[in-house]
Amino acid sequence: MIRHLLSAADLDHTEALRVLDTAAELLALADRPIKKLPTLRGRTVVNLFFEDSTRTRISFEAAAKRLSADVITFSAKGSSVSKGESLKDTALTLQALGADAVIVRHQSSGAPHRLAASGWVDGSVVNAGDGTHEHPTQALLDAFTLRRHLAGGVGDLDGRRITIVGDVLHSRVARSNALLLATLGAEVTLVAPPTLLPVGIDSWPVSTSYDLDGALAKSDAVMMLRVQRERGAAGGFFPSAREYSRRYGIDSRRMALLPDHAIVMHPGPMNRGVEITAEVADHERSVIVEQVSNGVAVRMAVLYLLLSGSAGEQDA
Amino acid sequence: MERAAGTERVVLDDRDVARALTRIAHEILERNRGSDNLLLLGIPRRGVPLARRIADRIAAVENIEVPTGSLDVTMYRDDLRLRPARALEHTELPPAGVEGKTVVLVDDVLFSGRTVRSALDALHDLGRPRAVRLAVLVDRGHRELPVRADFVGKNLPTSLVERVRVLVAEYDGIDAVCITGTGLHPSEADPARAGGLR
Repeated sequence: MIRHLLSAADLDHTEALRVLDTAAELLALADRPIKKLPTLRGRTVVNLFFEDSTRTRISFEAAAKRLSADVITFSAKGSSVSKGESLKDTALTLQALGADAVIVRHQSSGAPHRLAASGWVDGSVVNAGDGTHEHPTQALLDAFTLRRHLAGGVGDLDGRRITIVGDVLHSRVARSNALLLATLGAEVTLVAPPTLLPVGIDSWPVSTSYDLDGALAKSDAVMMLRVQRERGAAGGFFPSAREYSRRYGIDSRRMALLPDHAIVMHPGPMNRGVEITAEVADHERSVIVEQVSNGVAVRMAVLYLLLSGSAGEQDA
Repeated sequence: MERAAGTERVVLDDRDVARALTRIAHEILERNRGSDNLLLLGIPRRGVPLARRIADRIAAVENIEVPTGSLDVTMYRDDLRLRPARALEHTELPPAGVEGKTVVLVDDVLFSGRTVRSALDALHDLGRPRAVRLAVLVDRGHRELPVRADFVGKNLPTSLVERVRVLVAEYDGIDAVCITGTGLHPSEADPARAGGLR
């Protein structure tokens, strides 16, 4: 297993399946009286969040605690970062605390890579979302959810057609999903307004379309992306929220275009009424809540696979 | 049996294995005074089919289906930090769980006792059985922890340079217990329980 998880492209087919298979076994833990394993007892996991996050931070925290790791959560707000401390100085502090894993979310693309490549910390670095770049554990939990619904919970996603819709330009979720789902054999189509497709999309392992209705009819799953207003997505990329939702949002009419077995996903947090209507978000074929609970199992799998055995390697 | 190692010999063949499992089934019934409240939990991988075989034999004698399951102990092992991450095996319990049951743990080989220690910890997190027993097809000695088996198919005195392999039809096509002997170079003969080799 790799030492850091910075990009969904770090995982080859075998490793991606190993994460999903491990997560599948760990998912059963949620139904047991004691939802805890002693596996990472005495290890320290630091949640280093320079950017606001609810579900990812809580999810990683729950995952680490269920594996009995000690968890230190560090939010930039209320920390020395707001006094101007650099990433390097923060990292050196964590190193002094003896962090075995650093889970980092940062508003700048590439910050986790810098942390992993710099030698500032000895522990494993897990990218929990960096700028508009990548969010590999989100892609893993999406792949896990897709596999449960579309492939009977085993093997890869060979030939499954996944449509990702919306603000691809600002979406680290879209990039990580495109890479991972392609690794797992799925056919990914990105549907977005031309202004919200990034430069260089030709090099992604995906096809693109501007026609949502046409793509939906051929989809096994549709993943709606959040319009990222905090990254300026509302400013000039499309005329109005209303026009955006009419052309690229999912409502009951569009949902009816999907094949009967198809599922609707959203990485959250949702802008209800913009990219997804409340009826669709709360529909029985929407798996948005399940994505969250699968996220804990997938992050447990990642922490287990990154951290076990690592002490031996370091001592050797 | 022709094997690449050349020095491997069969200690128990399929009929020996069948007889040992039959005897273990009878001993479990005798000790438990019947099949009431029994739960057989196999330790993956090869303990799982062995547990099912014992349950089949109990069913043949008592005409009662004893519940069986599997108990993965990977996350409870004491050597996780020393080795690359292992894939997890499946834990499957009957709906009634382990609470108040007489649990019989079933494994293929008893060696250091560390797997059984892990299994006891794993079981502890699943509930509170009334009693826990241990059944193994082969006890090869060299305990590193104060663990003993209640039901033993075959006591097989071995030296630490030897390896014991249990083959079961479900995974290996045949039932047998083999011992790979002294032909091994000492560096290969580390008793570490890597993979399915013991």
